Amino acid sequence: MDVKILGSGCRNCQNLEANTTQALHDLGIDAAIDHVRDEIEIIGYGVMSTPALVIDDEVVVSGRVPSPDQVRTLIAARTAS
Amino acid sequence: MTAPAIERPRAALRRAAGLAAAAVVWVALYQLNLPFWTWLLGDLIGVDLHSQVGDSVLFFVYDTTKILLLLAGIIFAITVLRSFMSVERTRALLGGRREGVGNAAAAGLGVVTPFCSCSAVPAFIGFVAAGVPLGITLSFLIASPLVNEVAVVMLYGLFGWQIALLYVVAGLVIATAAGYILGRLKLERWVEPFVFETRLHGQLIDPAQGLTWDDRIQMGREEVITIIRKIWPYLLVGIGLGAVIHGWVPTDWFATHADGPLGVPIAVGIGVPLYSNAAGVAPLVEALHDKGLPMGTVLAFMMSVVALSLPEMILLRRVLKPRLIATFVGVVATSIIAIGYLFNLIL
Repeated sequence: MDVKILGSGCRNCQNLEANTTQALHDLGIDAAIDHVRDEIEIIGYGVMSTPALVIDDEVVVSGRVPSPDQVRTLIAARTAS
Repeated sequence: MTAPAIERPRAALRRAAGLAAAAVVWVALYQLNLPFWTWLLGDLIGVDLHSQVGDSVLFFVYDTTKILLLLAGIIFAITVLRSFMSVERTRALLGGRREGVGNAAAAGLGVVTPFCSCSAVPAFIGFVAAGVPLGITLSFLIASPLVNEVAVVMLYGLFGWQIALLYVVAGLVIATAAGYILGRLKLERWVEPFVFETRLHGQLIDPAQGLTWDDRIQMGREEVITIIRKIWPYLLVGIGLGAVIHGWVPTDWFATHADGPLGVPIAVGIGVPLYSNAAGVAPLVEALHDKGLPMGTVLAFMMSVVALSLPEMILLRRVLKPRLIATFVGVVATSIIAIGYLFNLIL
């Protein structure tokens, strides 16, 4: 599983990273989180509102910080299939 | 899909009850603000509220409480409403607009779109690469920080709704005019070339889509906490400095010493490099106005602090060459000075 956080490093991005770490831990998934700070790479994903969460190259959340519970649901939905 | 359908009315009822309870608590706190502090300071601690010090202390705690309550209520409401908008929708609305009308639309959308200046660069690339003209993109980027809910709440709390409304209208005019002028100057060659070469692959996802009411309310709550946590040190320093000016500067000192024809440009010259936010600068502005600085001068000062910030300019350096950043700062500052003079003339 490939998990990326897109964002320039502001507080919201750090919160999203913390929530994602929490969610991965809860699910017992051992995946590294890649933090993408480069704006050109960010817009390459079609994201204009940071922070964003990318799972396996698909943007699943953009422009807000989902709770650890919500991140867990998003990740679980993608591991099931 | 039947289970959520049965669950929905009950959840909706619970949510409405929660919001109604929060609104009642808010109104009660707002009404109790003055009686509570009068009772606590006057009756319980025994401060003489008719003395000058006692009156100042009461004024300080009452005003701070009032502003914090207003901020919490307004930020919550605005965030929930704004969750129906997104930068992606704004870009779709601005695509193919002509300059002029497009600048005004961008300024208005800059106010209602949820936008963090930390996404200024991806948003800039996204707009320009999708064909939104440079000047219209800049109108959006000027209005977004300039006309923000914290500034409006602060001005409403300190000066009343007329001045708050005046600020909003002036901010929209500045963002429209400055963006239009920058568009006319044909500055595209000072944008980093890769911006125009960026190809947006993949479907843009719209953050405003697929949100439940619970999500929106949650976002509102979090935004209140985030913003108040960010601005309270500025607010306290601003109110403190304001109190010092109130107490130490003689009445009308500024009217006699600093009311020359160059007052507005000097205020903007000080305000542009100053890094603060609306919460910190508004109490200062109120105190300066009270001591005789004209309204146009103090509002221009506040706008220059809020509209142009060094961190955002450093971010934008990724996509704009120094020449364009300098022109951007110059045009915005000049527009603010013009509005300041206009207000001094008519108010």
